Amino acid sequence: MLDRADDPAASPQAHADTQPRPVTFRGAGFVPGAGRYSGWIALVLAIGFWQLAGSAALVNPLFLPAPSAIAVAIYKLALSGALWHHLSVSVMRIGTGWILGTVAGVIVGFPIGLSSLARGVGITFISALFPIPKIALLPLLILWLGIGEEPKIATIALGVFFSTAISVYSGVDNVPRNLIRMAQSFNVPFHSIVRRVIWPGALPSVLAGFRITASVALLLVVSAEMIGAEYGIGAFVLQAGNLMQTDQLLAGVVILSLFGLAVGRLINLLETRLLHWR
Amino acid sequence: MDLIADHISHRFGALEVLEDVSFTVRSGEVVAIVGPSGCGKSTLLSILGGLLQPSAGAAELRGAPPPGSFNPLTFVFQDFALLPWFTVEQNVKFALLHTDLAISERRAVVDDALRRTSLSDFRGTYPKQLSGGMRQRVGIARALAVRPAILLMDEPLSALDSQTRELLMEDFIGLLADGSMGAVYVTHNLEEAVRLADRIVVLSRRPGRIREVVTIPLTRGERGDITARAKLLALQSELWSLIREQAIDAEREVQHA
Repeated sequence: MLDRADDPAASPQAHADTQPRPVTFRGAGFVPGAGRYSGWIALVLAIGFWQLAGSAALVNPLFLPAPSAIAVAIYKLALSGALWHHLSVSVMRIGTGWILGTVAGVIVGFPIGLSSLARGVGITFISALFPIPKIALLPLLILWLGIGEEPKIATIALGVFFSTAISVYSGVDNVPRNLIRMAQSFNVPFHSIVRRVIWPGALPSVLAGFRITASVALLLVVSAEMIGAEYGIGAFVLQAGNLMQTDQLLAGVVILSLFGLAVGRLINLLETRLLHWR
Repeated sequence: MDLIADHISHRFGALEVLEDVSFTVRSGEVVAIVGPSGCGKSTLLSILGGLLQPSAGAAELRGAPPPGSFNPLTFVFQDFALLPWFTVEQNVKFALLHTDLAISERRAVVDDALRRTSLSDFRGTYPKQLSGGMRQRVGIARALAVRPAILLMDEPLSALDSQTRELLMEDFIGLLADGSMGAVYVTHNLEEAVRLADRIVVLSRRPGRIREVVTIPLTRGERGDITARAKLLALQSELWSLIREQAIDAEREVQHA
């Protein structure tokens, strides 16, 4: 019997218990999603407060110049051509070092993922050498390669190499074995399995590695330029600091940040294009 | 072409999985392999298909493959094993990579396989855009493209819902009806086994040994009517009584592992 109790003898309490009431919703939260504009609004607000504090002379511009002063510094640097000169030198070092390190990392990482012998030897060396901060090798590399561009590029290439090799062989390890067995069951030749199954299967991990190596390369180029370079964003930032030109120092930092963002965007584009099947 | 399991035994380390399994799948015959969980059904199929070396014994082929066959022993996998970065058409074409077919011939073979599995309208679709049943159809199309003598099917319907299972079972019955292709069908579903197979190999719990080989007393063509269904149902419960106790033991073993 599903009829409501309308027995006049029923108590008010019993009557209240028989009234339908909505089920309490308990499923809210724990689904974080990036808002479309919230990040930009927060950034604009932070810069606005910073500008206000600077304009109201609440902070000493020698220690923290206002955003407008940094923008002016960037504008002047761009106008004078110094910005492009420093930037182009850094980009050349990062680009060359990153490409060399990545190519070597892929060439070494793939066999480690595919062959027991290469794995045994390769992982031992990588485990031993990966933890060394690569910037510590710069003096040795200067000794070996001279004081030109080569040691800086080699430092970046070394930093990129280890992370790339690790992400490549981890990616190969993560390719589902059932896909490889499937290919073998159709007598697909080894080189085709590598090209059409293992490489695309490892690509998500390889691209994730690119994201890491891009920031490693940026970190190393700045460090290397601070230690031994006349030109480059790192050298420029160090010189500005030595001269207490904090607006120019922060201009250099902003440019590094924009450079990092641009590289991140590029990797996003690559992911969208190459991993569209995900 | 016949496929022979010749005294196959297999162990993974100290774990003995299969013990002295012998039977023959004759040309055009469908043999189902059933048994409790962990009895080595899938291991046996991998050995039969050349994906695993047995510890003892051998898998052998007797007779010539059918003319035009590119891969006499062809798997249909439980988890479909589709390459997610390839479209339906590319996945089917992938199976023909090692063949020396001309591009136009390859296209014709792929078209035929897609048509036979009703996938012609989905050739440009990626696996992630397909339902489980459609994905398995791609797996079947890929297998058909290489014109196998024997299909090796490892629980091909177990990842699918019951309605899709029924539809694909009808497809399997249709594909195997003319006897031009044999199959080894690994399943834990006895209904599927009695509907599809000519003979059923019942394995014991681990290490899997042959307990019984049951011959279905009806041809595949005769299994549609009600009387036949009653017979099949009786056979199914007979099989279940053979397996039941060992299935319970196997389940307890898994729980205590």
